[in-house]
Amino acid sequence: MYVASTRSPGRTPRVSGRLPGTVFALGTVSLLTDISAEMVTAFLPVYLIYTLQMSYVQFGLLDGLYTGATAILRLVGGYVSDRTSRPKRVALVGYGLSAVTKLVFPLAGTSGAGIGGVLAVDRAGKGIRTAPRDALISLATPPDQLGAAFGVHRAMDTVGALLGPLLTFLILYQLGSAAGPVFVVSFVFAAIGIVVLLTFVRERGGRVQRKRVSPKAGLGLLRDAKFRRATIAAALLGLVTISDAFVFVVLQKVSDIPVGFLPLLPLGTAAVFLLAAAPIGRMADRLGRWKVFFAGHVLLLVTYAMLLVPGGGFTAMAVALAAHGLFYACTDGVLSAYASGFVPAGLRATGLATIQTGQALTRMVSSVVFGVMLAAMAMSTAVVALAAVLVVALVVVAFLVRSA
Amino acid sequence: MKTWVSGHRVLVGVAAIVLLVLGGGGYVAWTAVKQPAVTENAPTPVAGDVMYIDLDGGQDRVTTRAADGQRTVSALRCQRFYRSGKTSVCLRLAGPGPAYEAAVMTNDNTVVKTVPLPGIPSRARVSASGDIVSWTSFVTGDSYAVPGGFSTRTGFFDLRSGEVTESIEHFDATVNNRPMKAADVNYWGITVASDDRTFYATLASGGLNWLVKGDLKARTVRGVRQNAECPSLSPDGTKVAYKKRPTPLDKWSLVVLDLGTNRETTLPGTAGIDDQAAWIDQHTLAFGMAKQEQRTAVYFVPADGSTAARPEIDNAASPVSVK
Repeated sequence: MYVASTRSPGRTPRVSGRLPGTVFALGTVSLLTDISAEMVTAFLPVYLIYTLQMSYVQFGLLDGLYTGATAILRLVGGYVSDRTSRPKRVALVGYGLSAVTKLVFPLAGTSGAGIGGVLAVDRAGKGIRTAPRDALISLATPPDQLGAAFGVHRAMDTVGALLGPLLTFLILYQLGSAAGPVFVVSFVFAAIGIVVLLTFVRERGGRVQRKRVSPKAGLGLLRDAKFRRATIAAALLGLVTISDAFVFVVLQKVSDIPVGFLPLLPLGTAAVFLLAAAPIGRMADRLGRWKVFFAGHVLLLVTYAMLLVPGGGFTAMAVALAAHGLFYACTDGVLSAYASGFVPAGLRATGLATIQTGQALTRMVSSVVFGVMLAAMAMSTAVVALAAVLVVALVVVAFLVRSA
Repeated sequence: MKTWVSGHRVLVGVAAIVLLVLGGGGYVAWTAVKQPAVTENAPTPVAGDVMYIDLDGGQDRVTTRAADGQRTVSALRCQRFYRSGKTSVCLRLAGPGPAYEAAVMTNDNTVVKTVPLPGIPSRARVSASGDIVSWTSFVTGDSYAVPGGFSTRTGFFDLRSGEVTESIEHFDATVNNRPMKAADVNYWGITVASDDRTFYATLASGGLNWLVKGDLKARTVRGVRQNAECPSLSPDGTKVAYKKRPTPLDKWSLVVLDLGTNRETTLPGTAGIDDQAAWIDQHTLAFGMAKQEQRTAVYFVPADGSTAARPEIDNAASPVSVK
């Protein structure tokens, strides 16, 4: 029944209806899991540098590699969940793997290989669960509310991402930097997330095609012109999306705000994303998801432009962070909502995984290239080049989609 | 059983959540109760004592070991600690984020100045006179996750003028007789000479790094040699100890450079170091390093490389001698 979101032109679809409970249940799972994950992310530098006296730099490189490798696992997770028609079970495996690693971390001691291995399993869990989870959201939601559903999910997810580091701080402050409490509390949140997933998330098995999905069918998605265009466009725009860390570091230097504000900049982006994700998702349902996704990247251009205002101070900072947060609100959940609108239900997880993986891989490439550019030229030159390439990418994407 | 569970799904779920919360809460409460005690009426540290951060139990308290082996635990908690002359510096947790600060203190731990840090504390030093306090922090932990995103900020505080320099990255740098203008210039690990003006540090750009000699007043640095990180100037100013690795895939070792003869000595038993070493006296260096797989320790090593480094204090970091 929900095959594609074909809408009759001229008629505004009804988007005021309540979102299905599954969306909120999955949002809660993500909120709890993100608390768990971000607690560890905030703690890991402290743990490795002080408690274990290890070199953190090489870990960063390793972690970058793992993140790339697990992008591939996302495809596997998506495909297996379509093949078995059991996205919930596949998601469960992913959430379970990550939860278990929280208890294994302290056992790895100061063994570099040990910690690297645990980190790899943690990232693998994240890779596996993403596509089936997004498929569950999309399959539970009426097609005219997909944007709103993904928006609500991403907002809840971000609440978790903001709470995690706060909890780590409280534990460090009250109990010191011993590894036990942080990892145990992180595990408890991850485990509660799994219980919520088991208890409150219902798989709508009946709606999913029972037909077995073959790898050929998965690849066949790319023969669909609309899907292929979306994948290429998302990957192309990913190529000009540098990592947040670069945005914040360059923003602080160029705007000349005190260096002590640097740790707070990510909170600015996250807060805007949190507030805007649901309303913009709803807006995307009304105005067209692709349009909003495209507009998001125009906002990214605003952020990049602010990186070129020397001595812009707090005004430039506020504009840049607002645009950066809105960029995420316009693109993160909206892309999944857009793709869910036309990828057949039986291939939903594979399709979402393909688009997201392409985007994630090109974003990694862009960060590596931008890092090299920063080493080779003045900062303003690097940012001008980046902004120029973004403009070109936007023009190409506009033509690509118009040619449809 | 199976049918009962599926029939009472919500009940089972809620019960599981309650059990998890109770278990986690109980564990946290238990850790809170068994915190180590602070020594009451601790004597003031005297010359010859070694101070360090005790990592046992995760309280990170600054602890003093007297010459007779007696240990006293202070209430001060730091991630990095150093003291010299009349001044101590403590890099520590300051707020949610987690955010950190450099607290500059007199020797009785009265705070005279706090400077917010842009990231996670890495190195802390005080010049021999106690007038120049310097620090390095890693900028946003997650930038490590991005290849090429490694970034540090190194700053200093001059107690004479009260002026804070948040970062020295705008200093005029000359490497291989050419001005260094790249946007990714990073500094770490300052060590200041007895004139409170000359300093050594590490400058990195494009994946390479150099030992640089600089001037805090003129705001200039000049490359001395490639591939030398986290320098530490000996008390008499004739030697620099730093960590060095042949390639980024190797482990660092501690190396002592004689500034007069330009000769390097690699100290045995220091492979795996990632610390800015501290001179305990003119002949001995101390540093923190992982000991085997499970524990960490402060190591002592003779600066002439005559014998291998030996673990001196278990579960400890940030060693500094009271002079």
